[in-house]
Amino acid sequence: MSDPNASVSAAAPETVETETYRGSSLPPEASTEKPRSLWSDAWRELRSSKIFILSAILIFFFLIMTFFPNLLTFGKDPYTCDLKLSRQGPSSTAWFGYDNNGCDVYTRTIYGAKASILVGVFATAFAMLVGGFVGVIAGFFGGWVDSILSRVTDIFFGIPLLLGGILVLSSFPSTDNANLYSEVGKVVLALGILGWTSMTRIMRSSVIQVRNADFVIAARALGATSGRIIRKHVVPNSLAPLIVVATISLGGYIGAEATLSFLGLGLQPPVISWGTMINDAQPYIRVAPFMLFFPAIFLSVAVLSFIMLGDAVREALDPKLR
Amino acid sequence: MGRYTIRRLLQMIPVVIGTTFIIYAMVWALPGDPFVGKCGDRPCPASYIAEMRAKFNLDDSLPVQYGKYLWNLLQGNFGESFSGRTVWSEIAQAFPVTFRLALIAIIIEIVIGISAGVLAALNRGGFWDNLILVSTLIVISIPVFVIGFLAQFTFGIKLAWFPPTVGPNATIYELILPAFVLASLSLAYVARLMRGNLAENLRADYVRTATSKGLSRRRVIGRHAVRNSLIPVVTFIGADFGALLGGAIVTEGIFNIRGIGGLLYLSIRTREGATVVGVVTVLVLVFLLVNLLVDILYGAIDPRIRYE
Repeated sequence: MSDPNASVSAAAPETVETETYRGSSLPPEASTEKPRSLWSDAWRELRSSKIFILSAILIFFFLIMTFFPNLLTFGKDPYTCDLKLSRQGPSSTAWFGYDNNGCDVYTRTIYGAKASILVGVFATAFAMLVGGFVGVIAGFFGGWVDSILSRVTDIFFGIPLLLGGILVLSSFPSTDNANLYSEVGKVVLALGILGWTSMTRIMRSSVIQVRNADFVIAARALGATSGRIIRKHVVPNSLAPLIVVATISLGGYIGAEATLSFLGLGLQPPVISWGTMINDAQPYIRVAPFMLFFPAIFLSVAVLSFIMLGDAVREALDPKLR
Repeated sequence: MGRYTIRRLLQMIPVVIGTTFIIYAMVWALPGDPFVGKCGDRPCPASYIAEMRAKFNLDDSLPVQYGKYLWNLLQGNFGESFSGRTVWSEIAQAFPVTFRLALIAIIIEIVIGISAGVLAALNRGGFWDNLILVSTLIVISIPVFVIGFLAQFTFGIKLAWFPPTVGPNATIYELILPAFVLASLSLAYVARLMRGNLAENLRADYVRTATSKGLSRRRVIGRHAVRNSLIPVVTFIGADFGALLGGAIVTEGIFNIRGIGGLLYLSIRTREGATVVGVVTVLVLVFLLVNLLVDILYGAIDPRIRYE
C-alpha cells in the first residue's frame, strides 16, 4: 500500500521551499511582460507537461468508470453470474476471465472503480478540509493555540494510518444491509480521521512562512480583520504545497482502501471494489491468477495516475524547477 | 543536548497519554458486545460476564477505566487477555520476530535505496536515472499486499529461491523475502529522496569549491555531497519506522509470520481488547522513541544543528 503519510514526508522538503522563493521578489523577466499569477503560470506549465497529459487521460478513464460504468461494459451487469463458468480463463467473450462465482471479471473490475475512486476523493477532501483548517489556525495565530493544536496533531500522528484504520473499522458494528454509500462513508471516516495530521503539518509550515509577509502586514495596517486576512491573503498564498500533497495522498488513500478491504475490514462484499476482488481471488492465486491480476493492475494504475498528477502539479507550482 | 532530550521526553508524555486514550476508547467504548463468541456457540454465562466486567473495569466510566489501566501500565502491568495470558508475555514472544523483520527491511532500504539514489543522481537524465525513476514509481503505485503476493508467487513458488512461508523459528534466510516486500515502498521513497537531494547538492557552491581545490571526484561526492544529502533521508527512515511496523500486519499475514502484526490482527478480529491496546501502546512508544533518536542523531550528522 502506498502510505499517504510516507509520501508527505518525501514531498515536504521540496514543497516548503516553494514558499520561500515566492516570498522574495519575482524573477526579473516577469516584470517585462504582463504579470501572471502563480496559478495561471502553473496552468501554462501543466498543459505542456507530458506526465500531466498522460495522468489526466488515465484519470478521465477512471472517472468514466466511476460515473458511467455501463458505457465500458456493454450493458453487462456485474451481479449476473453463472456458476458453470467458475474460474474460466480469459477468452474473447470474457476478456479477463470469470471469478469463483462465475462472474465476469472485466465487468466487475470496471464497476469496482466507483468505490475506490469515491473513497479516495472523499477521504482526501475530508483530510484536506480538517487538516487545512487546523493548520491555518495553528500557523496563523501561533502561541498557545499553536502549541495545543500541534500536540493534538502529534497524538493522531503517532498512530500509523493502517493500524488506526484497522482499529476504527473493526470497532464499527457490522451491518447486514451494507450499501455502497454507508460502506464508503465508513472507510472515508477511518482514513480521514488518521490522515488529516500530515495535511495540518504541511499547511501550518506554509502559513508560518506567509504570515509575516509584507502584504499581510499591509493588509493589517489597512485595518483588515484576521478572518479577512486569512481568507484573502494567507490561504491563497499558502495553498500550493497542500494541493500537491493532497493529489499524491489521493492515490495513497485508494491503496489504503484496497489494503483494508483486502484485510476484510474495509468495504464489504455486496459492494464491488478492487480490494474486495483481490481478497476474493487470494485463495485461488495458484489456479486462477488472472482473478487477482486484473483488479490489481487497475488499482495500481489508478494509484500511479494520481501520484503522477501530483508530481506534475508540484513541478508546475515550484518555480525553482523551471 | 541533555536538556533538549529531557524536554522532548517530557513533551512525549501528553502524546503517549492522548494516543493510548484514543486507542483505549476505540477498543472498549464503542458499541458492540465484547463477549460475542468468547464461549463458543453458546452465549456466555452471567457469572463469567460479571467476572470479566469486573476484571476489565467495564462498569466504570471511561475516564476511570482508562485511569486504572494507565496506573497498571505505569507499574509495568499490561493486563491479561480474556484467555488469562498476560499481554506482556504475548508481546515479548512476538516482538523479536517483527523487530528482526523490520531491521532487515531497514537495512535493505538503506543499502539499496541509497545506492540507487546516488546512482540515479550521478547519471541524471541517463539510462540508470530513468530506470530507477520509472521502477520506483511502479513500486510506489502497487499496494504492498499485491507486491507480497507477486513475490510469494514468483520467488517462493515458481522459482523456489526462498521459502514461500516462514516457519516458527523465523530464520534470517526465511525473513529475507518478506523483508524485501515490507521494505519495497520505503525503498522507492528513499531512492527518490536521495536522488533529489544529491542532484540539488551537486550544484551547490561547496561542491564546486571542493572540486576546484583539487579533490578527486570520489572524495567530493563521498565526503561532501552524499553526506549532506543524507540528512533528510535519515529523517524519512525514522518517521517511516511506524509505517513499517504497521505495514508488517499485511506482510506478516501473507507470509504467515508470527510477529506483532499477526498478533495485533488476530486480537482485533477476536476482540481481545487488552492485547490490542497493549500492542498498540508498545508500537506507539517505539515509534516516538525512534523519532526522538533521529532528532538527536541530527546533531551528530549535521554540525549546523545545535540544541541549546
